[in-house]
Amino acid sequence: MALNYTKKTLDNFLKPKNVGKINKPDGYAQIGNMVCGDQLDFFLKVEKGKIKDVKFLSFGCASNIATASVLTEKVKGMTVVAAKKYPWQKVVAELGGLPNQKVHCSVMAVDGLKKAIADYEKSQPVAKKKATVKAKKVAPKKSISKKNLASKKQASKKK
Amino acid sequence: MQVYLDNAATTKLDPRVMKKMEPYFMKEYGNASSIHDLGQSAFRDLIKAKEKVSKLIGGETNGVIFTSGATEANNLIIKGVALANRSEKKNKIIISSIEHPCVMESAKFLARAGFKVEFIPVNSEGLIEIKELEKLIDKETILVSVMAVNNEIGTIQDIAALAKIAHAHGAYFHTDAVQAVPYLKLDVKKMGIDFLSLSAHKFYGPKGVGVAYVNRQVKVQPQIIGGGQEDGLRAGTYNLPGIIGLAEALELAYKERAIYLKKVTALRDYFWQKIKQEIPELKLNGSLKKRVPANLNIMFGYIEGEAILMDLSYKGVYVSTGSACSASDLRASYVLKSMGLDKNFLNSNIRFSLGRFNNKEGIDYTIRALKATVKRLRSFSPIN
Repeated sequence: MALNYTKKTLDNFLKPKNVGKINKPDGYAQIGNMVCGDQLDFFLKVEKGKIKDVKFLSFGCASNIATASVLTEKVKGMTVVAAKKYPWQKVVAELGGLPNQKVHCSVMAVDGLKKAIADYEKSQPVAKKKATVKAKKVAPKKSISKKNLASKKQASKKK
Repeated sequence: MQVYLDNAATTKLDPRVMKKMEPYFMKEYGNASSIHDLGQSAFRDLIKAKEKVSKLIGGETNGVIFTSGATEANNLIIKGVALANRSEKKNKIIISSIEHPCVMESAKFLARAGFKVEFIPVNSEGLIEIKELEKLIDKETILVSVMAVNNEIGTIQDIAALAKIAHAHGAYFHTDAVQAVPYLKLDVKKMGIDFLSLSAHKFYGPKGVGVAYVNRQVKVQPQIIGGGQEDGLRAGTYNLPGIIGLAEALELAYKERAIYLKKVTALRDYFWQKIKQEIPELKLNGSLKKRVPANLNIMFGYIEGEAILMDLSYKGVYVSTGSACSASDLRASYVLKSMGLDKNFLNSNIRFSLGRFNNKEGIDYTIRALKATVKRLRSFSPIN
């Protein structure tokens, strides 16, 4: 089996950025992969709609750790609206590619971050304006009030 | 520093074996099937190698069939014996649930061809209980196949007892003994083994050569046909350098067995005692007692096997894991699953397999590296 991690992936695995917890996070989510058993926890601190700080914990392989490291680096400072849309393809590209059987790690990282953002949005006061509902299946348990998931159309997609 | 602790995957060629093989590349390069002098010289050496191997495993010379390795040997025996001995009354084979993939896949191939295939379970220690075979076996059974030593957890099965049960029901017995050299003394006749598989590169011989030992009283359908080599049981030009290397490696392994076992047992025990003391939350998978002294399969709580492996690899320590993330099909080890390991622990295991070229210095380095690795990965694990 070929398992050619790029240097950047290895660097992010060996010296991952943003590992740890945030006390009293504004958003938190745990995500797991039923197939491979990996798990990621994301913690968010949000200020004025922007991600002020983001951290993660990982039970997972080298690429699980590396993808979460790179993703958190990229979305730090972004508006939550933009961060929510950060595509997994960009995570893979940032790492200079991932082995085929490891691409799902980047999908999981991105999904986990979205889930943490949804958790944050849930706790926000009702945003009245144009509530364009874009969310799909987000947080568990409580039924989600749509207005909390409002995302602005003009959300920038650039990094 | 580089510490190779993956000797169950493959071993380094012993330089003495290399030396024995060398003449067969450029001097003694004759085809053992040619009748001229160069060919016959090769043929004589081939027979000598067979004699050597048969003596070391207590079998007949003409029962030694050289193959490209144990995967081929297991394919030949499992498929070849089942297909050649199938009848209306006999249509079943039994294998253990922790066999190597090449035995598993051969059995599944037979299932697709209409054979009944049964799997003997293992207990939580990774051992087969005789009564479990007794429950499954009947007069319909053609062949029972149980590996002597498991590749992942190193557990040793009671081959002689299992063979006896097989014979009592009119079935033949095969053992994949790839991981058994030199840990078990192999004596096919005494142990009641009809078929046995070996692979040279697991005991400091070359890659690409193995043995299918066959009881020549039993019909076997060849799986590779062509020029009729090996009495028609396995076609293909004899791989003389490999065969010579295999025989030499096997002989050295058993000649030096006592000293080696003492050394590797001491190293393994030292390693296990040390990490048990110094690393919290770990657990040995499989029986410690009925296990080859070169193997440790350890579950490190809260962290994932592939990450441990990659981190150690970066430090020059080479090991192996059965975690899902390390597999191309993203499935965790079925060996550990068969033992009933909790699914939360399935992806946290590392196999350390020691060997002839390991020493205390390397083990000490590994202990230090492992402590740092485990500490680092646990520092950001969400589980605790």
